[in-house]
Amino acid sequence: MIVAEQKPLGEIKGLLGEARKVLIVGCGTCVTVCFAGGEREASVLGSLLRMSSRLDGAPTTVTDVTVQRQCEWEYLDAIRERVADADVVLSLGCGVGVQALAEHYPEPVVVPGLNTKFMGLPLEQGVWAERCAACGECMLGLTGGICPIARCSKQLLNGPCGGSSHGKCEINPEIDCAWQLIYDKLQAQGRLNLIMEIIPAKDWRTSRDGGPRTIVREDLKLPKPATAEA
Amino acid sequence: MVTSDIRSQSPEQLGDLELNILAFCCHYCAYAAADLAGSLRLQYPPSVRVVKLPCAGKLDVLLVLGALEHGADGVMVAGCLEGDCHYQHGNLNAKRRVGYVQALLTEIGLEPERVRMFNMSSAMGQRWAEAVTAMDEQIRALGPSPLRRPADELQAEGR
Repeated sequence: MIVAEQKPLGEIKGLLGEARKVLIVGCGTCVTVCFAGGEREASVLGSLLRMSSRLDGAPTTVTDVTVQRQCEWEYLDAIRERVADADVVLSLGCGVGVQALAEHYPEPVVVPGLNTKFMGLPLEQGVWAERCAACGECMLGLTGGICPIARCSKQLLNGPCGGSSHGKCEINPEIDCAWQLIYDKLQAQGRLNLIMEIIPAKDWRTSRDGGPRTIVREDLKLPKPATAEA
Repeated sequence: MVTSDIRSQSPEQLGDLELNILAFCCHYCAYAAADLAGSLRLQYPPSVRVVKLPCAGKLDVLLVLGALEHGADGVMVAGCLEGDCHYQHGNLNAKRRVGYVQALLTEIGLEPERVRMFNMSSAMGQRWAEAVTAMDEQIRALGPSPLRRPADELQAEGR
């Protein structure tokens, strides 16, 4: 899932500026699960902003609404009136959600309330760790299900660097050495032969390095209506 | 429910400052202790209005924020003694949330001391009276909440 963190309140207030009517839009998917921008977080932030604005002497009307997923037009359609009513829309979606809101509703000012961090998972309640870098060409089949792109600080493809020490990374001793994890996993599964396969230099064109990516599935696209609607 | 329990009055209308403190009490211990204080005819400040929860663990951060937003001068959260929660560790959850709310209040410039947690057993009627007295003193020292709103404004909103 996408893991994000709420921006500090001071920064959010700065982004809202002189707005008198603010609509907070929460998202019910990833940011709910990482407790950054769900319905609860939107309500709490709304209450804090209302109180804070009154204490600052400039009471602001702040309401909140949460959609199931902020990155899909159909879900955003449902809040059209709420958006029209606001001076500024404070999106608690990930970067995708903020942009979807801004694209779907081009007139209002849309500002982000979160910093989108990474794709990862919850290790335990309250702890999230990065697991995927969206490199576009998954090699997890060769590395026992552990990603050297996301989890190796140097994104090495053929074993650890000389800095790997007692299973920890030299960049940050709190980080597990991904190649140690890969080795241990393949050994436990009796598949250590996989590690002998040399992975050639990565073609990063499938990653962000090749520019913003688009996927088109012709088999899923809906046929356009034969005549344009009036 | 919560908002109708808070009726803001401007200090000028009152002789001695009348405080509005909301107390979220767990059914098994704190509420029972409050009830016992009544049975024992203990005297304590009248500034507290009790809201019963099945367990302090039911306390929602939004309940506390809502109370303060609508003008409560203080919010007490009272639960079972640590280790003795009827629902195992609801009181510990409440403790965590009270700490979280205090941090949020500091961020917006409201005194975190307006929210405070107390622990007691159902047999501790005296402790309830002491807790309310301590809370009343603490809030009185802080003064009325800067977020108090005139009664007519609340009435106009149907609260």
